[in-house]
Amino acid sequence: MSIHVRGISKAFGTFQALDNVSLDVPQGTLLALLGPSGSGKTTLLRIIAGLEWPDSGRIEEDGADITDRHARQREVGFVFQHYALFRHMSVFENIAFGLRVRKAPKQEVEAKVNELLHLVRLDGLGARKPAQLSGGQRQRVALARALAIRPKILLLDEPFGALDAKVRVELRQWLRQLHDEIGMTSVFVTHDQEEAFELADEVVVMNHGRIEQRGTPDEVFEHPATPFVMDFLGNVNVFHGRVEKGQAFWHGIPIDYPDYPHSQARPARVYLRPHELDIARAAAEQPGGHDLTAAAVTGSLPASVLRIARSGAIARISCRPDGSDTELHVDLPFDTARDLSLQPGERVTITPRKVRVFLPDPEYVI
Amino acid sequence: MPKPTITSANPLTHRLLVAAAVGIVGLLIVVPLTSVFAEAFAEGPAAWWRALAHDPDTRHAIWLSLTVAPIAVAINTVFGIAAAWLVSRFRFPGRSLLITLCDVPFSVSPVVAGLALVLIFGRQGLLGPTLATLGWKVIFSWPGLVLATTFVTLPLVVRELIPVMEAIGPEEELAAVSLGASGWQVFSRVTLPNIRWALLHGIVLANARAMGEFGAVYVVSGHIAGATDTMPLRVEKLFQEYRTPASMAVASVLAGLALVTLVAKFVIERRLEAEARELEAARSLPDTIDGSSTPPDAGPHTSTHGPIA
Amino acid sequence: MRSNPATHRAMRRRSVLPGFGVSAAITSLVVTSLIIIPLSVLILRAASLGPTEFLEAAWTPRARAAYAVSLGASLVAAAISSVCGLLVAWVLVRIDFPGRRLLDALVDVPLALPTAVAGLVYSTLYVEKGWLGRFLVPLGIHGAYSWLGIVLVLVFVSLPFAIRVVQPVLESLDRDSEEAARMLGASRVQTFLQVIFPAIFPAVLTGFALALARALGEYGSVVFISGNMPFKTEIAPVLIVSRLEEFAYAEATAIAVVLLAMSVSLLVIVNWLQQRVANNSQ
Repeated sequence: MSIHVRGISKAFGTFQALDNVSLDVPQGTLLALLGPSGSGKTTLLRIIAGLEWPDSGRIEEDGADITDRHARQREVGFVFQHYALFRHMSVFENIAFGLRVRKAPKQEVEAKVNELLHLVRLDGLGARKPAQLSGGQRQRVALARALAIRPKILLLDEPFGALDAKVRVELRQWLRQLHDEIGMTSVFVTHDQEEAFELADEVVVMNHGRIEQRGTPDEVFEHPATPFVMDFLGNVNVFHGRVEKGQAFWHGIPIDYPDYPHSQARPARVYLRPHELDIARAAAEQPGGHDLTAAAVTGSLPASVLRIARSGAIARISCRPDGSDTELHVDLPFDTARDLSLQPGERVTITPRKVRVFLPDPEYVI
Repeated sequence: MPKPTITSANPLTHRLLVAAAVGIVGLLIVVPLTSVFAEAFAEGPAAWWRALAHDPDTRHAIWLSLTVAPIAVAINTVFGIAAAWLVSRFRFPGRSLLITLCDVPFSVSPVVAGLALVLIFGRQGLLGPTLATLGWKVIFSWPGLVLATTFVTLPLVVRELIPVMEAIGPEEELAAVSLGASGWQVFSRVTLPNIRWALLHGIVLANARAMGEFGAVYVVSGHIAGATDTMPLRVEKLFQEYRTPASMAVASVLAGLALVTLVAKFVIERRLEAEARELEAARSLPDTIDGSSTPPDAGPHTSTHGPIA
Repeated sequence: MRSNPATHRAMRRRSVLPGFGVSAAITSLVVTSLIIIPLSVLILRAASLGPTEFLEAAWTPRARAAYAVSLGASLVAAAISSVCGLLVAWVLVRIDFPGRRLLDALVDVPLALPTAVAGLVYSTLYVEKGWLGRFLVPLGIHGAYSWLGIVLVLVFVSLPFAIRVVQPVLESLDRDSEEAARMLGASRVQTFLQVIFPAIFPAVLTGFALALARALGEYGSVVFISGNMPFKTEIAPVLIVSRLEEFAYAEATAIAVVLLAMSVSLLVIVNWLQQRVANNSQ
């Protein structure tokens, strides 16, 4: 089943949670709604589920307008952030709930629930109560419960948000495999970029109630459409530069920027990812000190190492470029950094392999 | 109740304080309570029974109490559930006013409540003439008793349910809705089991209050012996007639009921505390209670019938 | 599902959770018929008297005496309840002793016991031939048919309120500040006066107000023990009933409204105090 969201807006009091949002979710996709708190992703999910009413806009399911259809008639499976398991019912009864309210015959209920218990690897735990389960187990019960009613679409609200890091990783992989097996259209909400990238076929990045960009994980990471997307996904160094006559300039280093052919210079923001920078020891110094012209020609920047920190398998080298107050971070695989063995205070040259330039909002420019 | 942690203190001071507390409670509560039973059975159980069972007016009073109180409690239970659902699950203008209004019976003297009812339903009241033509009696008759008792016990169930329902939150009910449950199904399968102990607590308290109500019922009933005297009113009438032993006999039944109420209340409160603790624990979810989240090794199993959807 | 725009809008205003209509209907029906209408009738009836008639009815010498007895006895009883309540709450929270749970359960007895029973028993106890009266009357202490008797039953009915408000505050008291004070050299008394008492004072005050509210409205128990002597031991509710039985509806209503005004202002004060207790414990 495919879902089409058209021009949905929703405000809570004076807070605009969603602002004219449109989205297509093709059949069989596993889609991630990614964004910071307050971006509207959970609100959008709940509106699709029917747990909130939009102020304006339309929702279509396979072409049919379901905007006014009540949640109980939408045939969505919703997995709540804190699971919302029925605390006084056993695991079995929780999963069976949707079937029981539809007055399904006893044997059908039993067969279905056992099938689902097997699917989510909780065989034999049917008699337990939610309070006797771990977080990961509760999550799987919530999922099984949602699947029991044969929903046309599965919606998950920060499904792994409340779990331990290690459990989260395991369940993520498990959910992806489940989706591959079942092939159900699914949308999940997360603020964790890693989770979105690992799980989803496509990622929708949201901010302040709007969609910033939509694409595969590679697309949004490599070709961010807006500064927000670039900044939100992965780490980034941001600098001030300018654009002029088809080129952007950052610390004297020119970068091709054909989008701005005008001769009037404008301020611009230059975005560099720490792992897309090369770093090398500075060649022996020319007499006379720093040679910025040389840097401009070769496309690299002289800098001094401030400190080196380790983060898991990555070494982060913090440098101060010449003539700048801001720190520049370079990420290297740890082994490479160890072989390089840079010391704080050493002179280095930094060469960006990839640079992105964004112009600030037009309002800021006369 | 949490166990006290004693800061290093003089055991003598402690003994004195405990003695004082015990003395206060003993003098004010225990002595009177025991004297009811002592006096009631002063002339032996046979006399006690005679006082209760052989006096038609007393028999009627017992019967009347046992009918009026449950009706009032039933009305307040329905009201309590409805009002608690309304207040805790929805937001609407006038919500705070409603909550305050529910507390009014607590702060109004029961006599004032009774008077208000008389002003409406009494012979010279607002609806007096209408009722007279219809031949309905409210004041000086049992409907008035029910109204008065209902008024006085109104807040008891609501005030129990609202905090519990707010603490639990609407998520489970929303989940039920998303799974396709109708309104009644949501209420009966999800909400009711979650509030049952709080509900029971409220009912027990309301019942105790209803059976013991004096002031409002006194005003509304006209205290006609054998017709509109409830048990507390009967106690008073017997007392006025200087039939103290009989009065004590009826009082002892009421006191016995009070003790049963207290025991029930104690038991229910233990359950409530246990549930509150469970709620707290669930809020701060520990991830691996039994040490595992059962790492799914090969991935999810599919049944031999094939995928689900 | 084809529906017209009006239905669209109506459905959008509906909540996702069911039952708004039914619960709103039941609640408004009950609240209107049992609370709003009776109290409005009372107030309107009193208002229809006009100011001079109202004062004549509500301010007779006998009525004034009744207010004095009511207010006086209630204030004294509430004060006693607060002090005794603090002591009992302290003992229950801070000291472990055999029978502590039993004592805690006994505190609730006045809440469950019908007031008529309390009144009956108290008067029987303190009369000359009663269990306690036989010691006290020779000493000149008349617990029955006296103002003292009123205070006694009022303490009985209001004590649980004073205790149950202070108890949770004592339980959740921050022990660290006490320990700090002790380590800085304060004596136990000083610690109590300067560290503990200020922290629990709002709760004690709330307990006092609640006890007072309870005492003011009390009828059942007082009727048995006071003797109901006009100008001496007649409380306001008794006067109301007395007037009512003489079909002096206007007077009864007027006095009732005065009593109601006292109760309502007390309710407002209690609510305000309880807000402060809630804020303090955060």
